[in-house]
Amino acid sequence: MSWLDKIVPGAVRSEGKKSSSKVPEGLWKKCSKCAAVLYRPELEKNLDVCPKCDHHMRIGARRRLDIFLDEEGREELATDVEPIDRLRFKDIKKYKDRLSSAQKETGEKDALVAMKGTLKDMPVVVSAFEFAFHGGSMGYAVGEKFTRAAKVALEERIPYVCFSATGGARMQEALISLMQMAKTSAILERMKQESVPYISIMTDPVYGGVSASLALLGDINAAEPGARAGFAGPAIIEQTIRQKLPKGFQRSEFLLEHGAIDMIIHRSHMRDRVASILAKLTGQPAPQ
Amino acid sequence: MNLNYLDFEQPIADLESKIQELQFVGSDNDINISDEIDRLRQKSESLTRNIYSSLTPWQIVQVARHPQRPYSTDYISRMLDDWDELHGDRHFGDDKAIVAGIGRLNGQSVMVIGEEKGRSVKEKVSRNFGMPKPEGYRKALRLMEMAERYKLPVLTLIDTPGAYPGIDSEERGISESIAQNLAVMSRLKTPIICTVIGEGSSGGALAIGVGDQINMLQYATYFVISPEGCANIIWKTVDKAPLAAEAMGVTSNVLIELGIVDEAIEEPLGGAHRDIDAMAASLGASLSEQLERLQAEDIDSLLEKRYQRLMSYGQPG
Repeated sequence: MSWLDKIVPGAVRSEGKKSSSKVPEGLWKKCSKCAAVLYRPELEKNLDVCPKCDHHMRIGARRRLDIFLDEEGREELATDVEPIDRLRFKDIKKYKDRLSSAQKETGEKDALVAMKGTLKDMPVVVSAFEFAFHGGSMGYAVGEKFTRAAKVALEERIPYVCFSATGGARMQEALISLMQMAKTSAILERMKQESVPYISIMTDPVYGGVSASLALLGDINAAEPGARAGFAGPAIIEQTIRQKLPKGFQRSEFLLEHGAIDMIIHRSHMRDRVASILAKLTGQPAPQ
Repeated sequence: MNLNYLDFEQPIADLESKIQELQFVGSDNDINISDEIDRLRQKSESLTRNIYSSLTPWQIVQVARHPQRPYSTDYISRMLDDWDELHGDRHFGDDKAIVAGIGRLNGQSVMVIGEEKGRSVKEKVSRNFGMPKPEGYRKALRLMEMAERYKLPVLTLIDTPGAYPGIDSEERGISESIAQNLAVMSRLKTPIICTVIGEGSSGGALAIGVGDQINMLQYATYFVISPEGCANIIWKTVDKAPLAAEAMGVTSNVLIELGIVDEAIEEPLGGAHRDIDAMAASLGASLSEQLERLQAEDIDSLLEKRYQRLMSYGQPG
């Protein structure tokens, strides 16, 4: 029984479907949790958090970076990294074709975007997973980009922050994706030994190979409210143990209670909280 | 159908049962039929050679999971002298899905960490079918760090259907326990040799799989998701597992080509379970030789090489 038997847990997948069947005319969006119909510009101002039930909706990698970093002085990193189909993987569809349609759909080369910039004037390197690209799965390109971004942080001795949202390792790159776990963990260990801060923020959802590597190796591990994160997806666990899972299983609140994360950070406090932590860790005055 | 043989081995099983019958008749009637037995033996051997020379990836997965395949404890008892098993993660418990301890391999003190599926039903249950929980990986971590302090090389034996997907596993942080091992093994200041002896399934395998030399036994298998799991996601049926095994490249030849595995260690004719003593002897000899080579290297350059290799995974060229 493998933890990747379901790359993306069922619950997550169905939610994805719901949100893609967009609500009327683009000006309105239905909250996938409380079903409230929300005025889009209002919702965006609220950082895509439902004003009615506080549900943190999934957002894309670029939007994530956009609402986190200072406006000035952003520089995208490792833009030349592209996915490689080393195995010429083919199932009912060619992996190559799956890649190009994901690229067309998202406008990204793969499922991670990395930038160097500032957070309240403190230099930071930040990467964010693009869940819409192949379920945010980690193959060579994601592992390589993450690692190159970490390298910039390590060499310039500036903190690294990663927002993860992923179903796990990318099946179509087989063992090459498994090895990205070892690769990303290795560079994070170097950062740790060099006392360069790494903060991991898990956003809904984080599973499998990413959870068992870069997502839980932060000096600080944090998560957005209600985010689901775990090693094995709920479906596979239920199938293995043949019992229903307790309510709230693998949600951020569960992770906090069981000691896996340091804190839960509301999206609207993300900049403030992370900046405040980084300033303390790097011996800088409290940011404004 | 003889359960000691896999589906595709049934022709061999038929011949072997004929040989057994003849032996029975022979001892009973004191008639000399040894010529006929010899002839059948030769036939059985060449049949086995034939079948095993063109195994499909899915057939190799089946050999890797053969119920009689030697497990970590089979190798430990044969390869090592002076074995002291060490128990517990010091925080929660002792996970019997991972066997660890110190022993001597041809005189050299080593730390051995192996995943163990268990042979009898009772043992399988107590070893959780070789699916480690966080305390198993944390026991491994504790002992690897100890190996580093006493300059003992670490030998790992990988054989697991995966880390345990259960509520308690998640509660105690299975992800973090795997991640931590990956991080620490990348810089552990002692040589590490990892060998996939059976089934290397995903993160649960990799959690003791980062090192300077990565081996696979000839008919071992290593994958990011089980062929059944992959088939289930793509084709919505486990029946397509053979196709998934093919597509993912789960065997040593593909993984050597990708630069992920260094060496395939040859198995006895018909697989490791046909001659466990011979398999253990040749694995022990390979490990000894590799150890000697790694120990001759300066440890800092060994670590840098290990790190650079990790960084290179998946890169073109």
